[in-house]
Parts: sequence; structure tokens; C-alpha cells
Amino acid sequence: MARVELDAVAFRYEDMQMRFDLQVEDGECLAVIGPSGAGKSTLLALIAGFEHAGSGSIRIGGQDVTSLHPSVRPVTMLFQDHNLFAHLDVAANVGLGVHPGLKLTTADRARVASALEQVGLSGLTERLPSQLSGGERQRVALARSLVRDRPVLLLDEPFGALGPALRREMLDLVRALQAARKLTVLLVSHQPEDALYAATRTAFVHAGHVLQVGATRDLLDGAAGTELRAYLGEFQIRESGRLD
Amino acid sequence: MIRRLVPGTLTLLLLGLVIGGAFAGLVRAAGTVDYGGFLQSPYARRVVTFTIWQALLSTLLSVGPAVLVARALARRAAFPGRALLLRLFGLPLVLPTLVGILGVVAIYGQAGLFNRLLAGLGVEPHQFLYSLPGILIAHAFFNLPLATRLLLPVWGAIPGETWRLATQLGMRSRHVFRLIEWPLLRQVLPGVGGIVFMLCFTSFAVVLTLGGGPANSTIEVALYQAVRFEFDLGKAVQFALLQVAICGILVAAGQRFVSDVPLTPAMQRPQDRPDVAGWGGRIVDTAVLLAAAAFVLLPLAAVLRHGLAGPIHAVIADRALWLAVARSLAVAVAAGLLATAAGWGLLLTSRELRLRRYRPRAAATMETVASLVLVVSPLVIGTGLFALLSPVADVFAIGLVLVVAINAIMGLPYVVRTLGPPLMRVGEQHDRLCASLGIAGWNRLRLVEWPLLRRPIGTAFALTAALAVGDLGVIALFGTQGTTTLPLLLYQRMAAYQLDAAAVTAVVLAVLCFGLFAVIERGVGGHGPR
Repeated sequence: MARVELDAVAFRYEDMQMRFDLQVEDGECLAVIGPSGAGKSTLLALIAGFEHAGSGSIRIGGQDVTSLHPSVRPVTMLFQDHNLFAHLDVAANVGLGVHPGLKLTTADRARVASALEQVGLSGLTERLPSQLSGGERQRVALARSLVRDRPVLLLDEPFGALGPALRREMLDLVRALQAARKLTVLLVSHQPEDALYAATRTAFVHAGHVLQVGATRDLLDGAAGTELRAYLGEFQIRESGRLD
Repeated sequence: MIRRLVPGTLTLLLLGLVIGGAFAGLVRAAGTVDYGGFLQSPYARRVVTFTIWQALLSTLLSVGPAVLVARALARRAAFPGRALLLRLFGLPLVLPTLVGILGVVAIYGQAGLFNRLLAGLGVEPHQFLYSLPGILIAHAFFNLPLATRLLLPVWGAIPGETWRLATQLGMRSRHVFRLIEWPLLRQVLPGVGGIVFMLCFTSFAVVLTLGGGPANSTIEVALYQAVRFEFDLGKAVQFALLQVAICGILVAAGQRFVSDVPLTPAMQRPQDRPDVAGWGGRIVDTAVLLAAAAFVLLPLAAVLRHGLAGPIHAVIADRALWLAVARSLAVAVAAGLLATAAGWGLLLTSRELRLRRYRPRAAATMETVASLVLVVSPLVIGTGLFALLSPVADVFAIGLVLVVAINAIMGLPYVVRTLGPPLMRVGEQHDRLCASLGIAGWNRLRLVEWPLLRRPIGTAFALTAALAVGDLGVIALFGTQGTTTLPLLLYQRMAAYQLDAAAVTAVVLAVLCFGLFAVIERGVGGHGPR
């Protein structure tokens, strides 16, 4: 049970005062879109616990996590880059999700191997991150999120640097994992197509506030608010981008 | 996490204890002296004037040629032996000062190579070394390579597009210098000049050995003479306070001119420069590089030649030499360890402040405090501690402890410069990942920090230990029969005109210094690709 609720969460960064109110339903995938500097990453960082709210509360699955350390929150986050330690091989990078000191039992190692298999990377366990492609690296990070087995998955544009086909492939993988594990997913993206493809609902963040939340297609199609209209510009929903 | 503020606090405590203790000693002793009369005295005035004058000239003679050398290096990316030359320019920083001085004497002394060349041209050889010229030559020997290495990144920061544009516009060498290179240099030169000036202003061993007497005394040497020969602590304290006041004014004034230009390394494409092909430029650059190489290499080669031709057996059979070697090694390793640990701790805390608490100014202040010793010279600290401790303890008995502490503090700026950027990068890249996976404390040290940072940690440790092994400064204040280190032994032999024995000792010291550097850098930093 992992409903995510942000209640008047305030955060100040330099001259920008942010305040977030947001509900993400258990097991849904919510896209977060908005201009750069609007506070999308900060929103995710607050949920993950990397930033501390000045006031307000964050609840996950009914539990107040506002003052918990990132490592004990029921959350895993994938960043745009630096998700892996470059000096550790693939198996160690995934294994760190099981034990932060890499003390692994045989059963743990089997879990690591099976997670790598699920993301399609079995056989690459001894590679270093530098020997992998960008897409493979993010798969390793996804495999680690699987062994951590947290009900909430936060994706901070982890596929932003990948080409369109590869990005679609990764989103498919996320959707499959989400369905299999009943994950609650928040996906920050710069591409409205990604939101349309992967998320049932979308939140539009502007200047440190969640301005609009709604079904993705309605939000992108209607584009009621002027800020959202300005952000989307000429964006049109094409048939190729429709939901299956 | 409050825990992360502890290591930096400990370092600040160490700094406060040593530098604060020194100040307490100076201030307490200062209460009993007549300051007005001292400032009026011709001796004090002469010393201050000479100190500033020689530092000014040394800076001009080091930084001016360094601009030419750095420009030639930047233009000649394919110069044969360029990489080797850059490594050669790294040597004087680590080289024990006395070894460099012996080299300078061997080349420019009365019977040196320089005078023999002059004799070949029919010029009467004469002794010009033991006064201002000797000081200037030695300062240039140590600081010209340093300034060159500090200036070279300026050219790396010029983007390739600029050169293409310059080519398109048909710029000649002088246009390139005036319109592209000079605007950048102008921003960097005050900082580089300031560093060299401070080094020459507080230079001790060079002035002591090449000054040629009290007429050419700097504040540092006057301090030393007051403590060791005149037993006049009051006078020493006056000079120490004067030194601190002048350095403080200079640094404060320097802050107004030094703008911190972020030199972002761009892709280096020297072949795109419009002025590399001309024959005139080629000849000038080659001449400049050859002259600079000879200027640095010849004294080093001369020391080695003299040492290997000297009474090796007699020197090596001397038990005093090996005792001095052992003391120097112990002092160097202890000072290096202390400097590295203190610097690492300071940086861990400044990283916490910068990245996790958004207090970049507090972090920058901490890092600046680590460089305080550049203003408060080691001899000033030594004098202060001498004044503080001599009524209550036998300062000569605990001399080596003080030498370790002061050398560690002198090494701190180098640790911060070597280890700071990579440590900050590790934090920027991995802090959040470590927090989300719960990798902290010992696990973080073992799995993340150590494997990623052992290279720069090894370099910092090696550098600070090598600097401590060759240091003749504080030890000259506190050294006695029972605490003689290798540089002090070398100085005693030079002072007694046992020049052959000194040459052999210098080679032993150089081998010890570079050997220690290599062993620590490899042993701690590891080898292999990283």
C-alpha cells in the first residue's frame, strides 16, 4: 500500500519559495512535467528525503516519512546520471541495494542475478559501468531498485539522454515492472510523449507549485491553463503517441 | 548529520592551537617591548625595505619569463620532450631548498659554469652570487617553473573556436597576444604574482645562505638571527609582528585585484592557432624553451655530478648522517600523515557544508583558513611558540614535535588543493545514491571514498611528506645536537665550508626526498588505470 501524499510541503531554494500539494494513488504511474527550474526534481528529492521540507508533511502508505532518512523511506529513486559507482562492477552495484556494506549471502547473490535477468542483463555481471551503454547502465539501476523492493519508484529523467526508440523500450520495462510489482511510480520527463505513453495521470509543475493534475490525455489535449499552454507550445497529440 | 562537522572542527582546533598559541606567545611578549623605537631604528627599516625590494624583483624575474615560457609551451604542443619538460618544472616545488641552492652555487658561483663561460668570452670572472643577484637567481630557479605551471592552464581555457576565428580574421602573433591572450593573462597574473611574491617575501633558506651577511637580511632571517644568535626574543617578536602586519596588508590589498577566473578547460587544439607555422615564432619559442630547460636542469645536474664525485664513503660511513636521515624520515611521515588527515577532515566538513547544507560561503571560509600559513610564516609561528613555551618547557627537547606540527600546517594548503576538487566531485556525484542506499560511515569510506580518492590522497600525502623532508625553516630555530635533521646537517656542512661533503649529503637528501615521494605516491595511491 503506497499512496503518496504531500500536504503543504514547503521548501526554500535560494530566492524560490516552493509549496507542494499532491496525491499519488497506490499503484499508479504519474508523470511530472514542467519547465526546467520549476521544481520537478526538488519535488522528487523531497519525497526521497534528499531535501528536507521546511514545513508540511509527506506520507507514504499512511506513514509519515517527513523526518525519515532517505535509506529507510519506502522509496527508490533513479537519477538522470551517476546512478552507478563507476569503480564497482555491475553485480556489486546491484548488490549494494541488498546490503550497504556488500555483505551478501548466497541467497542474496541469487536475487541479484535474478534481478539482472529481469532487466535483460544476465551475463554482464562483471562489467564495469564504463563498459556498458547508456541504456544498459539505467537497466542496472532498475535492477537495483528491484532488489531493494520498495513500493515507490521515483524516476528523475533517467532516460532523458537516450534516443526515442531506446527511451520507449525503457518505459516499456518500467511499465512491466510496475505491473508485476504493483509499484507507485512518479516519472519526471521533458517529453510530453513520455507522459502520454506511460502515465495515466500527469501533474504540471510551475514555479514551485503543482498547478494542475489530471488524466494525461485531457491535460495535454485541453491545456487549459495559460502556463501549461505556454510550456507545451506547438505540441500536438499525434496518433503515434496514443495510449495503447 | 552533526557527525560530519566533527573532522573539520578537529582540524580547525589543531590550527587554532598552533597558530593561536603562536599569537598568544607573540602578544604576551610584545607587551614588554618598545615598538615605536623599534620601528624608528635604521636596522628594522633596512630589513623591511630589503625584504620587499628583493621579493618584488624576484617576482618580476620569475613571472615575466614564465609568461614567455608558458606561451611557448602552449604554442608548441608537439615540441619534442614537452611532457618531460613539464615534469622537470614540477621538480623545484618538491626539491629541498638547500639542494637547489647548492645547484645554483655550482653554476653561478665563482668557479661555476657561468663564470667559466664568461672567461671563455674574455670577461674577468668575479663573485656576484652572495648578495642580491644570488637571491634573485635562486628565487627564479624555484619560482619560474612554478609560475609557468600555474599560467599554462590559461591557454587551455581558450576554446578552439577562438583560434579558428583568429585564423579567419588573419591575426598575427602580436594581435593574438594583445586581443586573446593578454585579456585572460591580465586576470590571472595578479594571483600568480601574488603567490610568488609571498613565497619570496617569506623565503628563508635562500636568503640565509646566499644573502651574504646582515646587509642583505630579510625579516625571516632577522627573526632567526635574533632567536638563535642574539638571544633577543623581544626583537624577534617585533620582527614577527611586523611580518604578520605586512603580510596581512599585502593579502588584503591583493584580494582587491585577484578575481577568481574560473578556467574551464576547453578542448585543446593548438594546431588551429594562426601563428604556429611562422619561422620567427618557431625560433623564438625553441630558444625560450631550451633556455628555460637549461636554467632548471643545469643546477640539478651539477649537484648530482658534484655529489657523485665527492667523498661518498666518508659521508655514508658517518653515523650522524643516518641518524639525521632517520629523524627526517620520521618527521616527514608524521607531518605528511597529520597534514593529509587534517586536510581530508577539513574537506569532508566543507563538503557537507557546501553540498548538503547549502552554506558555500562557510565552506569557502574553512578552505581559506587552511591556507592561513601562507600569511603567517612558519618562522613566525615558530617564534611565537618559542616565546609561549620557553618559560614553561624545554623548547629544544620538544623541538621535533613542534617541527612536525608546523610542517603539517604548512602542508595543509597543498592537501586542500590536491584533494579538494576530486573529493567535492565524489560528493556531487554520489551523495544522494549513498544516502538512498544507506551507505554511510565505514562502508562509505571502504566502498566509495577510498577507491575513488586513494590516488589524490596518495599524491597529497607524498607531496606533504616530501616538502617536510627537505624543509630548513623551523628546524633551524629548534634544532640541537640531538635533533639534527638531514637538511640541518647539510646546512651545517655548508656553513662550515665542507663543500664536498655537503654535495654528497645534498644528493642523499634529494634521493630521500624523491624516493619518499615515489614510495608514498605508489604505495598509498596505488597504480593502474583509474
